[in-house]
Amino acid sequence: MNGLNSQMALFLKRLFRRRLVLLAAVILTVLVISALLAHWVAPFDPSVMKLVRRLKPPSDVNWFGTDEFGRDILSRIIFGARASLGIGFLVVLFSMGIGTVFGLLAGYIKTLDSPIMRLADAMMALPDILLAIFLMAVLGPSAGNVVLALSIVYAPRVVRVVRASTLVVSALPFVEAARALGVSTFRILRVHILLNIASPILVQATFIFAYAVLAEAGLSFLGAGVPPEVPTWGTMIAAGQQYADDAFWVVLFPGLAIVMAALSLQLIGDGLRDMLDPKLRKAL
Amino acid sequence: MTTPLLSVSHLSKSFPTSRGIVQAVDDVSFSIAAGEAFGLVGESGSGKSTIGRLALGLITPTAGDIRFSGQSINGLSERALKPFRRQAQMVFQDPYSSLNPRLRVRDIIGEALDTHALAQDRRDARIAELLDMVGLNASHASRYPHEFSGGQRQRIGIARALAVEPRLLIADEPVSALDVSVQAQIITLLQDLRRHLGLALLFISHDLDIVELLCERVAVLYLGRIMETGPTDQVMKTPRHPYSRALLAAVPKADPDAPRMKRLVSGDIPSPLNPPSGCVFRTRCFYAEGPCATDRPVLAPAEAGWQCACLRDPLPEHE
Amino acid sequence: MAVASDQSAFKQDGPLLAVDTLSVSFRQEDGVSTPVRDVSLTLHQGETLALVGESGSGKSVTSLAIMGLLPRPAGFISSGKIRFQTRAKQTVDLAQLSFDDMRHLRGREMAMIFQEPMTSLNPVLTIGEQIAETVRLHLGLSGRALQAHVKAQLDLVEIPDAARRMDDYPHQMSGGMRQRVMIALAMACQPSLLIADEPTTALDVTIQAQILLLIDRLRRETGMAVLFITHNLGVVAEIADRVTVMYAGQVVETAQTRPLFRKAAHPYTNALLSCLPARAKADASGLRRLVPIQGQPGVFGEACAFAPRCPHVTAVCQTKPPQLELTDGGSVRCFRWRDLA
Repeated sequence: MNGLNSQMALFLKRLFRRRLVLLAAVILTVLVISALLAHWVAPFDPSVMKLVRRLKPPSDVNWFGTDEFGRDILSRIIFGARASLGIGFLVVLFSMGIGTVFGLLAGYIKTLDSPIMRLADAMMALPDILLAIFLMAVLGPSAGNVVLALSIVYAPRVVRVVRASTLVVSALPFVEAARALGVSTFRILRVHILLNIASPILVQATFIFAYAVLAEAGLSFLGAGVPPEVPTWGTMIAAGQQYADDAFWVVLFPGLAIVMAALSLQLIGDGLRDMLDPKLRKAL
Repeated sequence: MTTPLLSVSHLSKSFPTSRGIVQAVDDVSFSIAAGEAFGLVGESGSGKSTIGRLALGLITPTAGDIRFSGQSINGLSERALKPFRRQAQMVFQDPYSSLNPRLRVRDIIGEALDTHALAQDRRDARIAELLDMVGLNASHASRYPHEFSGGQRQRIGIARALAVEPRLLIADEPVSALDVSVQAQIITLLQDLRRHLGLALLFISHDLDIVELLCERVAVLYLGRIMETGPTDQVMKTPRHPYSRALLAAVPKADPDAPRMKRLVSGDIPSPLNPPSGCVFRTRCFYAEGPCATDRPVLAPAEAGWQCACLRDPLPEHE
Repeated sequence: MAVASDQSAFKQDGPLLAVDTLSVSFRQEDGVSTPVRDVSLTLHQGETLALVGESGSGKSVTSLAIMGLLPRPAGFISSGKIRFQTRAKQTVDLAQLSFDDMRHLRGREMAMIFQEPMTSLNPVLTIGEQIAETVRLHLGLSGRALQAHVKAQLDLVEIPDAARRMDDYPHQMSGGMRQRVMIALAMACQPSLLIADEPTTALDVTIQAQILLLIDRLRRETGMAVLFITHNLGVVAEIADRVTVMYAGQVVETAQTRPLFRKAAHPYTNALLSCLPARAKADASGLRRLVPIQGQPGVFGEACAFAPRCPHVTAVCQTKPPQLELTDGGSVRCFRWRDLA
């Protein structure tokens, strides 16, 4: 009990020593909280149009200005965060789910290794965004299909990470001890392997979160993603690009939101990797 | 004659590697009676650890047969092997990687009980009993492995093995990663457990002194083959095989008054990828002659319960 | 009562190496730890001193401090002197030497070999190239003379068929052969001090015996001193002239090898010896048994660090830490060594 607490304390101590990672965590937390509490936080209704106030620059009324229909950009970014981060989060969830299952099987069961990994390699040979566009063309545009397509695109990355870690852990004597006891394969995978590779999976999750936020924006920008009437950071840039010359704020602020979210996630991923790795190595 | 607890006959195991086939175990036969301690001694490449894992059914042999109380485990599925899991358990070399760092001691030992549906109505009490048996106590059950020293972890590993009440404990270099003082604690614990539980022991080690202390019989392995096997006292005091003699002569003795190493074997242990023809030890042997390069020596009875695989047995004289 | 903080008076010509009340500390996340406290040892020319201890005894940290190889910036010498006699017959304090001076000395007058030779060899260079590099650096040789010298180095460490093995990469060699290469590298500068940190621990028994004989032969032929760090008491008995035993970061006993193995002065040394399987004694039922040291190593504090595990502990042992006292031919850190003798 005590040991776990002191481990936690050490983790927090290390976190606070890394200012940049801490800053990233704060930015991400602000983004997530404002997305969750969008109805209370946003100053205006994001879909109410005021055509008289269209394309107004940032002011003390509309901090980030207004768009081509006179809608408040700050409010739309806050509501857009729901869709963008929500899609990213669901992509993480699904790609992790699929990738972990196949990665564990490839890493632990020798006969499944080759077929699973060849398929993963083939998928990873295609550029992410091309594969995603192709899948969207087949599936049709909707938020749900963006999640599905991106989950398929990123699952092979998870498979790779999980398989590599599984190979390392499954060669350790405690796995052999479990086998010698007659413990079922399912339990070995769940308790002895998955629990011990949680850290690299967690690190990978933050990276995929960042990629997914960027990819969703890219797909929406290209018109292959979420339908344009749904406010996401990507659809905002897509709609605003033709006014960008005269009204830079229409694309600048959603763009900044994307950069901030993706950068924070990457920094957190890097930080997590640095903080977790030595402990993981020692624990194993 | 009674059926031995474990009998291994003509056991062979080869591993394909990128640089060729390694014959890790080559036609090895031995048996262990209930309650007996048997030592497997050898240097790296001798196949001693592979034999331990074969005996547990963790890997499948290329040829040969493994029997527990007369029943063969050959070709059995995981499910069919499960009853045999309670016959033999293993203690590992590295006390750090042999315990899952994410589980509490209670769950490490409890898993063994749950897998075989043992003591389910008094699980905590049984775990406390097992911890007590290995010199720990019930309060240790709620801790994680990283909170223990190497010696204590090895005790936990032994408790896990004992949880299924095995009749044979296979110990693969269980003390070689430990300090001398801790080593002595674990050796003493193994002696006590044998005495109180009537456990048989397959003790795999490179340390001849420990094998001499713990085991009644011993087999000396070199490059996957048994060179000599017999009662420990006799093999250690008057080894018949040239390799046994070389091995014993090379062990540093913690006694400056003991006669110094006299005749040391020269050269390296040959690669198991490309073992010498005939007798595998002939390249380093003082007694090797022409036929040793062509004829493979078989393990032949020398005296009661004592076998030696040497074409020149008996050797001219003991040094 | 003589306090043996400085034992350099043992020989008239002065020791090659005299470590005097050395303490080594490490800065850690939660403060400073001092794994080596008040360590004194001496080493004379041509002598093999074994530094013995279990894990955590501080023996390896002591050897790294002598070599100036403490991990920077965490590790540092917090007090004490390491006096080393150079070839020019000057005595320098290694604890005070600059990084560059230390590196210079390390290349020419002192060398170190480790437990795992693979990590100390460059995997992408042949062993011939690696030895040549060292020889070129120290002796300024080149061309044929260099090649001949490299081959001579390999012959010196008894690598068979040296001319051909020069072109091998480290991974093509066995552990024993790699250790020979490491010794060849160490001997390239003809050091007056060789520090061997568990050089045979990872090797098989028959190979270990060969390496021990090799190190001993080189010592006899070159007159260098060897500081041999090991946990294996059998190895100590084989190779050492004198033994320094460490426990919990301190030296507890220094003695000539033979008397130490017959009857040590410090209770810890005796307890350690009785843990050796070869020294097991038969119990009432005829079973040969060991006498393990009970409990865990104690921490440094206000008492003798061995007191919690010592069979001879008395009240005085609990009140203050004992000092190192001179015995005939050595020293011991125990209040009761005279009573126990």
